[in-house]
Amino acid sequence: MKSAAFTHHSPKTLQEALVLLGQCENAKVLAGGQSLMPMMNYRLVGVDHLIDINGIDELNSITQGAGFIEFGSMVRQYTIAQSDLIRERLPLMYEAIQYVGHMQTRNRGTLGGSLCHFDPSAEMALVAYSYDAELVVRNARGSRILSMSDFGRDFMTTALESDDLLIAVRIPLWPKDHGYSFVEFARRHGDFAIVSVATLMTLDPQGLMDRVSIHLGGVGATPQKLLDIEQELLGQKPSHDLFVKVAEVLSSLDALSDKLYPSWYRARLAQSLVVRSLALAHERCSTSDQVKHH
Amino acid sequence: MAIEYDHSVGHEPRVIGARSPRVEDPSLLKGQGCFLDDIQLPGTLHAAFVRSPHAHAHMVSIDATQALKLPGVHAVYTAKELESVLVKLRMPLGFPTTALPQNITPFVLCPKEVCFVGEAVAVVVATSRHIAEDAAELIAVEYEPLPMVHDCRQALEANAPAVRLESPSNELNHFKVAYGDVDAAFSQAHRVVQASLSTHRGAAHPIEGRGVMADFSVRSELTVWSSTQMSHDLRQMLCELLGLNEDRVRVIAPDVGGGFGCKFLVYPEEIAIAACAKLLGQPVKWVEDRSEHFVSAIQEREQFWDVEMALGPQAEILGIRGQMLHDQGAYTPQGINCPYNAATGVTGPYKVGAYHLEVSVVQTNKVPTIPVRGAGYPEAAFVMERLLDLASVELGIGREQIRARNLVSKAQMPYEKQIKNRAGAPIILDSGDYLHCQEMVLKHIDFEGFKARQLAAKGQGRYIGLGFAHGVKGTGRGPFESGTVKVSPAGLVSVYTGALAMGQGLKTALAQICAEQLGVSASDVEVVCGDTRFVTMGLGGFASRQTVTAGSSVHLAAIQVRKKALKVASQILEASEDDLELWDGFVKVKGTDKQLSLGDISRKLRGVPGYALPLGVEAGLEYSEHWQTEVLAYSHSFHACEVEVDVQTGGVKLLRYVASQDSGKLINPMIVEGQLHGGITHGIGNALFEFMGYDEQAQPFTTTFADYLLPTATEIPDFEILFHESPAPFNPLGVKGVGESGTVPVVATIFSAIDDALRDWNIHLKHAPVSPVKLLEEILNQETVS
Amino acid sequence: MSSNPVKTIAFNLNGQNVQEDIQSRLNLADFLRQQCHLTGTHVGCEHGVCGACTVLVEGRAVRACLMLAVQVDQKNVITVEGITPERGLSILQESFWSEHGLQCGFCTPGVLISLTQLLKDHASPSPEQIRDVLSGHLCRCTGYQNMVKACMVAAKRMRDEPSNALAPVLHEVKDGH
Repeated sequence: MKSAAFTHHSPKTLQEALVLLGQCENAKVLAGGQSLMPMMNYRLVGVDHLIDINGIDELNSITQGAGFIEFGSMVRQYTIAQSDLIRERLPLMYEAIQYVGHMQTRNRGTLGGSLCHFDPSAEMALVAYSYDAELVVRNARGSRILSMSDFGRDFMTTALESDDLLIAVRIPLWPKDHGYSFVEFARRHGDFAIVSVATLMTLDPQGLMDRVSIHLGGVGATPQKLLDIEQELLGQKPSHDLFVKVAEVLSSLDALSDKLYPSWYRARLAQSLVVRSLALAHERCSTSDQVKHH
Repeated sequence: MAIEYDHSVGHEPRVIGARSPRVEDPSLLKGQGCFLDDIQLPGTLHAAFVRSPHAHAHMVSIDATQALKLPGVHAVYTAKELESVLVKLRMPLGFPTTALPQNITPFVLCPKEVCFVGEAVAVVVATSRHIAEDAAELIAVEYEPLPMVHDCRQALEANAPAVRLESPSNELNHFKVAYGDVDAAFSQAHRVVQASLSTHRGAAHPIEGRGVMADFSVRSELTVWSSTQMSHDLRQMLCELLGLNEDRVRVIAPDVGGGFGCKFLVYPEEIAIAACAKLLGQPVKWVEDRSEHFVSAIQEREQFWDVEMALGPQAEILGIRGQMLHDQGAYTPQGINCPYNAATGVTGPYKVGAYHLEVSVVQTNKVPTIPVRGAGYPEAAFVMERLLDLASVELGIGREQIRARNLVSKAQMPYEKQIKNRAGAPIILDSGDYLHCQEMVLKHIDFEGFKARQLAAKGQGRYIGLGFAHGVKGTGRGPFESGTVKVSPAGLVSVYTGALAMGQGLKTALAQICAEQLGVSASDVEVVCGDTRFVTMGLGGFASRQTVTAGSSVHLAAIQVRKKALKVASQILEASEDDLELWDGFVKVKGTDKQLSLGDISRKLRGVPGYALPLGVEAGLEYSEHWQTEVLAYSHSFHACEVEVDVQTGGVKLLRYVASQDSGKLINPMIVEGQLHGGITHGIGNALFEFMGYDEQAQPFTTTFADYLLPTATEIPDFEILFHESPAPFNPLGVKGVGESGTVPVVATIFSAIDDALRDWNIHLKHAPVSPVKLLEEILNQETVS
Repeated sequence: MSSNPVKTIAFNLNGQNVQEDIQSRLNLADFLRQQCHLTGTHVGCEHGVCGACTVLVEGRAVRACLMLAVQVDQKNVITVEGITPERGLSILQESFWSEHGLQCGFCTPGVLISLTQLLKDHASPSPEQIRDVLSGHLCRCTGYQNMVKACMVAAKRMRDEPSNALAPVLHEVKDGH
């Protein structure tokens, strides 16, 4: 399983990379390589030019702004997994990253690479939807900002054009005592999630849910916002019975189907995992300990 | 025929039975192992195979023009070109027998009708594997698809397409295993339980795939290195197919990175590569990649059973009858011992009054089948243990009780069954104490206290279960294995054997056996396996046989070497043999400092012209033995495990796993534990994870490690192993094999535990593996029903 | 089809500075084995699951089959040969030997590399942490249990003998990107 031949480019600056992307035909960006290289070894993708952006330092940083944290697209997954800042301020992301592959793949895998590859089960994509992240995309002609829901288009397809590069991911912060949970079901530890759920919530001073973000991964070509459920929950007092009731509708979800995991199974999983996710997020609202995770 | 354990060393075993660190390890730990692809000869060319993307098709044309133009490509060969150096294009049958029809084996390269996805039709040889694969993509093969058969049940339907046009029927073979009056048993039965059961295809997946390198360039001698479990058979087939004299062919097995059955076969690729080497006059190497392993290395475990069990008023098993379909795949490269083992293995450790099983070995357009670790015994145990669990529910008696009532007892051994093995001799359970092991394990896992734990868990909304099962495995298959022990004039002790190492610590075990007799330490014994230059004959590593067979041969040979050394030393040192002891490479007169080194004795026995050898002794301090056996030594396992089932997701977690193992005398308990850890893990794969999927076009769809799941460290509990040693009566060491034993009862054990966790749903799992999807489906179906 | 140009890379391999010309598509595992003649790193699946090819790049355990050789230019690479002392075995290797942590030895070098990173980051890993790291490796022989034991034994010995802990080369490596 040896890759076919290609020309390898290792731009040292962002500008260089953008010029190359604009000029090269049949080019692909090489970030962490954990998704692209297997496909190249299997010769499932034919690539003439590999634009290797691992040498571009300006894509590596994590910066804190007013009400958000911005990640360079090449921030490695292991950096996220070891970051105290993320554990405290973006605990959903911190919890989710523990499910992403294995230590060995997180050592190379990147946040941006995962978002651009856009596998329906990708944990980071689900997290980006949950936070309503903003993505900074650039090409040789200029820069633009996309919301995550505009970025993700279809099955493993994003809004990126062939000469675009994802530069940064901006994640808005939730209030310090928000509840969160990332729950998934996979066959083995580190495997792709069959279904995953990401929940963020806050309670008002009366203990009623005043803000809820709940998204489902693995059931559709893109992560799905459970808008109806979110709205049903607003203004309500959280309880297990309420969670069970709002999740019932998911049992008839028209979910993705493949030879191993049929639609009805994903729908059932979605129903069960949403209840668990809501319960866990609520539990974390009630305590101010943000460090709790699985 | 029972042989007493030899205590000729005059003391309790010093080396045998010790948890000796393995002699294999230091170089492997440093990354200095020598696996097939580590061997780099100058001028080596690299091969890639072109494989059929169709499950069944005629090859209409093959055009390699573009491929041959690529710089670095030396050749593209199809069946036509290879025929010029092959005696015949068709592989010989692995285990020759007249009981099977002709024309059932694979071709070295398929000439026209491809019969499974992955079947090789051409080989490209180039300066690198990269270029060979580039060239393979440029080869244009035109196929005319033919109708295919994806399932062995479909294969037997009235208007089913032919799996292979040359085959008169999709049913390759039909046989029955029977004894006693099974009709009477059922007509008299107090109760009858019935089940339709199945196990699914899986593969061996050693982490090192197959590989072979052939070099014909030196003095028209052929040297072949292969990651194989059978060097002598490989040599024999190379000779047969290339028309060569045995003395001009040498096969060497380097370090082998696991076999598990898939390397216990001579493959078309091995012959093809040797043929390429002959045609090109340069060394040619082929290293299987993982995608190839998925579509061309043998697979096993696909069987469908419809069986029923007749029970008497005391829950005694009056009879078992039914039928079994075995999926053989498109070709039969070796024989049908796997369905035979399964069919004859059902009664296992139990007494069964009468038995009748009709077996249909059925061809399909899928990868050929030969045994993977377990070789039919796991399927047999699965069937028997599932029937017993069903019977226990039906009769309202405990699962442990119904087993206890039917187990062959220690007092009844050796217990001759009425079932014959394939050589026509009866199956004999030689030794063991099955009931004791059952009680020992159930006590260890606190089976008695489990009901209370289960209830407490339920109160917390958790569903836990405890299951258990027996398994026996015939080990030590003969007819023989070679063992030579030699001491050089420099005093180096060497063991040569036709047995093969593939990670199971064979060298350490044989070194220990030899060292015990010669009074040296195991690390001082050099063991050479799997090289046809050193040993004329051998059968190789399969069926958990080598400790018994090679071990016995090495043991007996070492005893002869010891006796000879003592005899010679007694003459030279002028002492009685009773006053001599062997220690640390020397024969010493007890209580004095008179001694003679083994090396000196060896030199003496090499002879000096004009001088006689010591009286009554033959030349050479060496001995070869081919210890023979017609019977199997039956190892026994009893496993118990606790599981937790998530009834909302269908997920299963293994909480605790206890296993007893009786493999007779243990040469190295540490190595035996390791074999069990690996075997049980493989069984867990068969129970919960490993599903080699083929769709309705017989296209494989689980062809990466992301889809075909092997158990990983986070899914496996710590195994608690309890040993029981019932010395095997029919070999001089009293040993039994263990390599496959760990796999045998696992699926049954885990299914029993899951059923137990889900008693409220009245579930009886019948199909392995059970995925979370299937389990949730069962749960929801039962909820609908009730 | 595009051309297959050759690049020159300079990097540090097991403590030695090395310069090599390589084809762009050659992956790191094949490069180490075929061009550097370090065959201790093994190839088991070529799609990043089995872990037999694991090596340390800038002190981090990575799948060499998913990296291109050109990507280690100016970087620090350590293979199983690099965590082996000149004479004898390291503490980790000795522990694997005494605890029967290997059988066929094919997955072993990759496992040793991953555990080397673990033990560098955590002096007292728990069995759960060890299993978490091992979950990135496939072993068909051992059932992983003795590997966990071996790692616990090694960790304890390293805490007791800190100067002996890891092969000398590793001390020089800083966490990179």
